[in-house]
Order: sequence, then structure tokens, then C-alpha cells
Amino acid sequence: MKSILVIAERELKTYFTSPIAYVVLTIFTFLAGFVFYFFVGVMVESVGSRAMMSAQTGRPPDPIDMPGVIVQNMFNFLSFVLLLVLPMITMALFSEEKKRGTMELLLTAPVTDLQVVLGKYVAASAFYLILLATTLVELAVLFTYSQPAKGPILSAYLGMALYGLAIIAIGMFISTLTESQVISVILTFGVLMVLWLIDALARSAGATVKAVLSYLSILEHTNDFLQGVIGTSHIIFYLSFIALGIFLTYRSLDSLRWRS
Amino acid sequence: MISVENLTKRYVTKTAIEGMSFNVEKGEILGFLGPNGAGKTTTMRIITGYMPSTDGTVKVDGFDVADQPLEVRRRIGYLPENPPLYTEMTVKGYLQFVAKLKGVTGAKVQDDVNQAMDRVNITDVQERIIAKLSKGYKQRVGIAQALLNDPPVLILDEPTIGLDPKQIQEVRELIKSLAGNHTVVLSTHILPEVEQTCHRVIIIDRGKIVAVDTPQNLRSQIQGGARVLIEVEGPAADVLVAVKALPGVADARVVTQEASKSSFHVDVEGGRDIRRDLARTVVQAGWGLLELQSENMSLEDIFIKLTTAEETTPQAAS
Repeated sequence: MKSILVIAERELKTYFTSPIAYVVLTIFTFLAGFVFYFFVGVMVESVGSRAMMSAQTGRPPDPIDMPGVIVQNMFNFLSFVLLLVLPMITMALFSEEKKRGTMELLLTAPVTDLQVVLGKYVAASAFYLILLATTLVELAVLFTYSQPAKGPILSAYLGMALYGLAIIAIGMFISTLTESQVISVILTFGVLMVLWLIDALARSAGATVKAVLSYLSILEHTNDFLQGVIGTSHIIFYLSFIALGIFLTYRSLDSLRWRS
Repeated sequence: MISVENLTKRYVTKTAIEGMSFNVEKGEILGFLGPNGAGKTTTMRIITGYMPSTDGTVKVDGFDVADQPLEVRRRIGYLPENPPLYTEMTVKGYLQFVAKLKGVTGAKVQDDVNQAMDRVNITDVQERIIAKLSKGYKQRVGIAQALLNDPPVLILDEPTIGLDPKQIQEVRELIKSLAGNHTVVLSTHILPEVEQTCHRVIIIDRGKIVAVDTPQNLRSQIQGGARVLIEVEGPAADVLVAVKALPGVADARVVTQEASKSSFHVDVEGGRDIRRDLARTVVQAGWGLLELQSENMSLEDIFIKLTTAEETTPQAAS
């Protein structure tokens, strides 16, 4: 456990000594703020149109959870942003070690390969959770000016956390395959795009294939979380995705030893 | 301390090392000498557990590298061919990380780091970013890293490469001072380096051990004469006396001895060819000359390759 933290600590420090961390933080927080502002605007406008509707029908408008809808829409948008941003967090994890020869240090240190993998994974995950936590600023605004239901928000955060951690596990594996950060990031984009488009493919397929394909779509599984539903099957999906990513990374390191 | 038996490493297309066996005693400094691509780095990587072997066993302090890799790695300080540096870190930050990675905890981390920096003379640059350092300093940070946690075995792949002559001398002194308490295996293609630092030398060429000897013996072989191997059917002791009495023979010793026949290494004084005299002596004494072979050529060839590499002076570090 201690070795994992030693590796994770160094990796986290590296994030903050390179410009990538700041670029990612800037893009993400800017887009989060922008999309939050946008959806608050949409909601405020809808108040007017809903008032007109109720005046025409003579019935009071149906109650809706406005802050909840804002949060849901914001995270929906941010989950796309993460498809573009998370590969930048994972691209250097192993590729850079291979390029610099520091892999030889890690793989001859008195630590197991699994500890190396987990140390890297913990660092990237911690950085992602920091990234996700920046959206608490928008939440603070919501809680200042309204009374959002807490349940759906917590569930949305859980969903977003699992979603991001799954992407990181894939990205980490891909970073073991090459010495180049650029190839690593492009490959990860490609794989994530396929996992995302699989959903679109599913629409035109037969019933069984459709069920399988839409189950594999990584984005699909966030929907229930964002609507405030914590589904066991979704949690299992993401956890098995994470486990698979970590396992593949571990195996890939092992094969590196044989090939080097 | 280190025992290597029948070590073999094969890739799909080529064989990197083949059937290599040797031992390194505790406190000994052993040098690997050989041209580039001879298999020095591969052998070291297998001993450190970085890569698995295709065949054969490696034991360090009694632990098998394949079965108990962590026990082995705990006992080894390793300087790879390219020093494994996180160049965005400061020297001190990097060494603290490596110390913790090796399982050092608490106040001992800083003590170890200070001691290692002191040994390779880099205390004055401890706050600098590694990327900004000269090649010589980077190399020394790499050596410091291997010394952390005071491992009993040090594996150093080309430890003096990239250093200027003064630094080379310092590092050689450092390595010599490590002998006794530490077992050191180092690789080089520089002949004088081996002479100055190593107790014993293994010469590797194309994945095989060509010679194992002390640097002095090797030196006399290159500078002086050659060595002739003879196999004789006859009483070993008498043959030895007769051979040693020949003019031009520096030394002779029994290599293998069986019931009726024995083989001998005969060291020849510089420049003479004594094969004719040898043959005559053996035959006239009534013994059977089974084999007579001049052994110097292959060794010499290798040394030509090695010593020409020495001519390229290492670049100044700063």
C-alpha cells in the first residue's frame, strides 16, 4: 500500500509541474462554467413560457426540479468534454516512462508490477476527482439561490466519478502500448469514440445485438445516475471496466519485460 | 553472492546470450568487458530482474530471480545504461522518491539521500532541476540513485560513460571504496577501467563468455605473448617440468587431467612461436601429442575491438 502511494504521489506532482494539468483544468472549468451559465439562462427563459402556458390553460404549471435539470444537463455535456480531456491525463502515464527509461527503475525496484499500475491509476484518478470537484463551484451557486434535491446530485456525482475512472483505466492501458504520448492520446480518443458511437450503431441493429451493443456503450450508463437512479448493473459495468483496464495494463507490463 | 548458471536469452530472431555461467564472490568487483551488443546489458537486466531469461538460473544472495524477484531487487542497486531520471524533478526530490520506492521510511530517507549525494559529489546541485544538469551530473545522480538504501549488490551498466576524466577517476575510486562490503558488477568497453577497478574480468563476445581472468593476467596476455593449449598423453607432472624448461615459456599449468592424458595451458613470452619446439619436446620424450592449439588469436581479436573503443575520449561533462 505504501509503495502505491509513493508512486502515486510522484505522479501527481508531475501533473502539476507540467502544463498539461493546467490546460486540462482551464478547459474543463471554463466549459463547466459556460454550460452552467447557459442552462441557467434556458431555465430562466422557460419560467416565462411556462407562465404563459398556464395562463392559457388556466392550470398551475407542473412543478419541476429546476436545479436538478440544470445539474443533469451540465453533467450530460461535461461527459462529452471528458471524452476529450481524460485521454490527456492518461497519455503520459506509461509512455513517458518507457521513453525516458525510468520504466527500468520502476520494474527493478522492490515493488510488484501491480503496485506500479495501481500507483499510476490512483494518481490519475485523484487528478480526475480534483477536476470533477471544481464543479462544486457551480453547485455552490445553485445551493445559494435555490434548494436543490440532494439525492440526485449525489447520484450524478457518483455516476460521473465511475464514468471517468473507467475511461482512465482504458487510457492507462493504451499508454503502455507506445513510447509516444501523441500516439497514446490519439489511440485513446479513437477507442473512446468507438465506445461512444457503439450506441448509435445499436439503433439500427436487431434486438439481441442492440442490447449487447448499448450495454457496451460507455456513455449510456451515466444516464440513470444523472436522473438520480443508482442502478447496480451500471455500477457493476463501470467497476468491471475499471478492473479490465487495470488487468490489461498489468499484463501489458509483464509482456514488456519479455519483449524489452 | 551472485551465481549465474547456464543463462540463455533468446529472441525470436536472435540469441542475445547463450549458456553463460559465472559466480561473483561477496565483496568482489567483477567487470564485464565486451564490444557493444555482446550481451552485457542483457545479462545485467536479467540479474536485476528487469527481464526474464529464456533458460538458466540466476541467484542473488541465495534468492532465485525468477521465484523471489522482490527479495533479489531489495538487495540490488542498479544503474541502467541510460540513467533512469525524472528530469522535471530536483535532484533531492528525485533521490527522496527513489529512497521511498526502495522502502526507506522516516528520517532515514533524508539521511540516505544526503549520504548518497555526498558520495558522488552532487550535494551542491541538490536543489537544481535534473533536466538542467550537464551529462556528467546526470550520470552521477544515476549512480547516487543506485547507492540509496545501501544495497549489498551493485549492478552498474557503464558507470563512467559521459563523465570527464577527473570525474571518471572519482567514480572509479568510489567503486573501489565500495568493494569489501559490496559486491559490484560493472560493464565497460574500456580496458584500463577494468584494470584499475576490477578484481576479475569476464570477457563477453556475441553472447558467450570468452575469458574469465584477473585483469593482470589478461593484460600480460595481450602485451606479452600468447597462450598455447596442448593435450598430451603421458605423466602430467613430467610433461609440465619438460615444458617449463623450454626457452620462451613464461608459465605452464595443468588445465584438465585424466588417467593417461592431460591438457596444459602454456604461456609464451612475447612474440615467440614455440609450437615447433613444444611438439618436438613432447614427441622426443616418447609421449603422445594429441592436440596443439594456439589460443591467443581470438582473444587478441576481441581486445583489438575493445581497445579501439578506448580511443574515443569521453566528452567533458560541464
